[in-house]
Amino acid sequence: MLTAIVLLPTAVAALLLCLPRSAPRPLFPTAWVATTAAELALTVMVWAGYRADGGIQYETRARWIPSAGISYHVGVDGLSLPLVAVTCVLFLACALYAWRETRRVREFAALFLFLQTTCLGLFVALDLILFFVFFDLSIVAMYFVIAGWGHKGAARAALKFFLYTFIGSLALLLGFIGLYLAADPHTFDIVELTTANPLAGRSAYGALVLLAIAVGLAVKTPTVPFHTWLPPAHTDAPAAGSAILAGVLLKMGTYGFLRIAIPVLPDAWRDHALVFVVVGVVSVLYGALVALAQTDFKRMVAYTSVNHMGYIVLAIGAAGAVGAGQEEARRLAVTGSVFQMVSHGLLTGALFLLSGVLYERGRTYEMSAYSGVAGRAPVFAALTGVAAFASLGLPGFSGFIAEFQILTGSLGPEPVATGLAVLGILLTAGLFLRALQQIFLGPLRLPAAAPGADRPFPDIRRHEGLAIVPLLALGVVLGLAPRFVLDVIEPASRTVLELLAR
Amino acid sequence: MSALLWALVALPLTVGTLLAVAGRPAERYAPGVAVGTAVAALGIAVAVAFGHPRVEAPLLEGLPAGLAVDGLSGFMVVTVTAVTAAVLLFSVADIGPGEARARFFGLMLLFGGAMLTTVTATTLPVLLMAWEVMGATSWALIGYWWRDPERGAAADTAFLTTRAADLGLYLAAGAALASGQAGSLALDDLADATGAWSAVITAGVIAAAFGKSAQLPFSFWLSRAMQGPSPVSALLHSATMVVAGAYLLLRLEPLLAQSGWGGQVVAWTGAVTAVLLGLVAVAQTDLKQLLAASTCAQIGFMVLAAGAGAVTGGTLQLIAHAAAKSLAFLVAGAWLTSLGAKALPALGGAARRHRTAGVTFTVAALALAGVPPLSLWAAKDVVLAGALEDNAALYVVGLAGAVISAVYSAKALWFVWQPVAVSDDREQPQPQPQPQPQPQSLPNAARLPLATLAVACVALTVTSFPPARNAVERVLGGAPQPAPHTWEFALSGALAVAVSAAVWIRGPQLLALPGRITALASDWLGLETAARTLLVHPVLRLADALAVFDDRVLDRAAEGTARGSVRLARWTNAQAERLVDGTVESVAGGARALGRWARRPQTGQLHQYLAQAVAAFTVLAVVLVLVR
Repeated sequence: MLTAIVLLPTAVAALLLCLPRSAPRPLFPTAWVATTAAELALTVMVWAGYRADGGIQYETRARWIPSAGISYHVGVDGLSLPLVAVTCVLFLACALYAWRETRRVREFAALFLFLQTTCLGLFVALDLILFFVFFDLSIVAMYFVIAGWGHKGAARAALKFFLYTFIGSLALLLGFIGLYLAADPHTFDIVELTTANPLAGRSAYGALVLLAIAVGLAVKTPTVPFHTWLPPAHTDAPAAGSAILAGVLLKMGTYGFLRIAIPVLPDAWRDHALVFVVVGVVSVLYGALVALAQTDFKRMVAYTSVNHMGYIVLAIGAAGAVGAGQEEARRLAVTGSVFQMVSHGLLTGALFLLSGVLYERGRTYEMSAYSGVAGRAPVFAALTGVAAFASLGLPGFSGFIAEFQILTGSLGPEPVATGLAVLGILLTAGLFLRALQQIFLGPLRLPAAAPGADRPFPDIRRHEGLAIVPLLALGVVLGLAPRFVLDVIEPASRTVLELLAR
Repeated sequence: MSALLWALVALPLTVGTLLAVAGRPAERYAPGVAVGTAVAALGIAVAVAFGHPRVEAPLLEGLPAGLAVDGLSGFMVVTVTAVTAAVLLFSVADIGPGEARARFFGLMLLFGGAMLTTVTATTLPVLLMAWEVMGATSWALIGYWWRDPERGAAADTAFLTTRAADLGLYLAAGAALASGQAGSLALDDLADATGAWSAVITAGVIAAAFGKSAQLPFSFWLSRAMQGPSPVSALLHSATMVVAGAYLLLRLEPLLAQSGWGGQVVAWTGAVTAVLLGLVAVAQTDLKQLLAASTCAQIGFMVLAAGAGAVTGGTLQLIAHAAAKSLAFLVAGAWLTSLGAKALPALGGAARRHRTAGVTFTVAALALAGVPPLSLWAAKDVVLAGALEDNAALYVVGLAGAVISAVYSAKALWFVWQPVAVSDDREQPQPQPQPQPQPQSLPNAARLPLATLAVACVALTVTSFPPARNAVERVLGGAPQPAPHTWEFALSGALAVAVSAAVWIRGPQLLALPGRITALASDWLGLETAARTLLVHPVLRLADALAVFDDRVLDRAAEGTARGSVRLARWTNAQAERLVDGTVESVAGGARALGRWARRPQTGQLHQYLAQAVAAFTVLAVVLVLVR
């Protein structure tokens, strides 16, 4: 089942590439939307058949390179299932959003479908090498998305993105090899490594492996100071690419912490949890402050991702403070961190698509070029307002449920750090309100028309609305009735903490 | 009964959301639907106030969501729904068909619904959710006329200030969970926490309540909030938003009492706010600003009550103030709409031209002044009786606050009852898109709420005296409360009447204070400037500095590494490569040279070969001899 979900998009992508470019144009977006919708339906079926407290399910294991302890091993549990679901939702939204894409549609659709395979594959992978392969392939696919369909500075931004995260992935590989060598018998299987806990009692070796893995994942997350690839990549990526980059690719980093770093290296994690707490708080505050100083809307949203991912790092760091007791609080923090991944995926995805709408109309992200847009495009203004308030953690949206759990849960184990991190939610409120006021309120002013084209400012079109509204609606559903997701996450976060306490 | 409680919060929230989302197509039906919803909610509120239902649903792990109506909540839900219904009815006339009515009425219902959830919440997560949604709705309502950038900025100020204070609730929730004793985050359990965590909970709750209730030092946001439409002010100042803080403190009075210091901090802040913001109100020349400052001052009495443990007095004050203040704002709004003026001098004669408005405004102002036999007079004395039992100094400060409230109320009355408008060239032109000119007389939809609220201002007096007060006390539960002596009623009543009369006779000239004090007071004690200089600007500068750091240092370090790699590659190409290649070349060259050397002896001439062989054998023989 999972294998089908993972491979179906690539199969369709290959099929699309076999078709001649001269095939009727609507064929490609239709096939793309149909595939992503089918993916979502399959994921819903998986979710329906998932037993909340059953551990890893839908497991498949096949021999791949047995001599090196590598196997094709996939499965889902409470950590990965919500992320698989959010991935499918976001890819469907992007397919709808790109309905009117005119530049090399066939390749664009095929690339996104391939990207979907890599993302889903990463989340269901239970083998380190499989994880690494999907990790790297996602970078490759995203590189082509940015370089091929981005804005003016895209080639350079894409190269920076690729090299930076690729170097990060090499550190990750180094860490994986360290784990492989430490395990007896040698294996790359995550489940076996988790049970074996190969580095128990070898603190120096464990610390080095954790360092390698943490650097690799921190680049991807990204945390301060490894985040500088993110703003240019976002600013120059096409809207759908940004939505996937922020909504799905960033989660690979934090998911890796919860899937690999904590369960396989519990001793090292407990010893060095404080590092993650500090990195988390710094990311929260630094990301929010730098975002506050931005004048470019998309760049600002990009920096808020650093802030939002910082909460996750803070929470998983606080979860490592085993000595402090606070069992219940730490469980809440871990659950909150997984929920934040889901929530951030939906809300930031929506914000990036909305910024794409803004750019498509005005040909600039510069906030000071706009004013009073609410008069011309009320629905667009309302949607952006809702997305911004959701992103600043307003109750009633998923962001609040996530951040409340993270902050409430982290305060007990790490009072000082959390006390500082709370300021982040005030800063994000400030920066989003400022942006809303600049772009949407006040007297109407639109950027000077792009050369050669008189650009009116039409309101949200149907395909854009179909892409964005469901994301926000899901944000509301998760904000008001989070139980159906929490029921899946909570047993998994309990397991993570049990593994950590070994 | 529990279904009714769900309905009480769900009805206004759902209908409000639907109206706001539907927007233009719902424009025509919005007022009717909204008023109907508010009235229905009032009916439900009365029912649940008697039924005291309690419901619970799972929300987060170990932290359920709970709603309940007890004595205090019962009073609150009735007050909130009644005032909301009155204000919405008035809005039908005030917010004309030319405006975005669906958005307005939808947001107002959301606002009221959030307040209803706040006052019925039994656990901290639900309270915080409703609390913040209320703040966000107030943002949208204050910025309702969004084309005016100043109103948008005012909305931002209001939301950011209250949210800054709300951080206290986030910390309180974390501390309660960490303490272990209040792990379910139920409001009733918060007082069970001990040690440092308890102090964090108390401080967090106090900060959040002060922010929402615009107590010192957060008061300034309320001044900016006046930029919203008048019905918004009427609702925001009376039964929602600002009283939420006072409600929270009254609800968590056991927590304050248990902490040992919380009660004192709260009581004194309330008392000082009552005095200082009263003076600010006196210094205002704009009716809405005067009323806004008076709100802070009057809420100060409720806060004082919570700190001094006089929960009954605080509740009575809250209800009585809700009626008086919503009435005052509605009339001020009616004048603003029909006369286009809100500056006091320009409002001269307003009360004479609109009799209903004039009379009802007078009732509201006299109630605020504490003139007997109106409701706030007696309610305030029940509060002050609690203060007197606590501390005589607190009573004196509170009484001073009461006297000041008589001054500003009489000042407002003096202006509106002047025969003609006092000429004043400071009068600001109203930048607002003026709604179409109203007929001189108020429409019935506006008269009814005014009259009802005015009657309430009088009738609520009963609640401050036995036996009604005893009944209130019984419903609220809790410890027996100090009862005011007869002399306290007489003293405060006499002071209020005397001061009001003096101001009325002498006119506002009486209030000639030194210029600097007046300037400071009319600028709301310079609080907003202080917040901007001390907090906002440094943060913005820090943000700019960090952005520069991000670009110039972090980003450049990464780019520098990349550039360094390229340079290393070039150097390798230029230097190391030549070295390696040179080595290879020289090995080749050496080999060639050796070859040349080796070719030398091969001359092809026999005598030379013979000589070479002789030489070689000689060497060999010598070596053999030597080795042997």
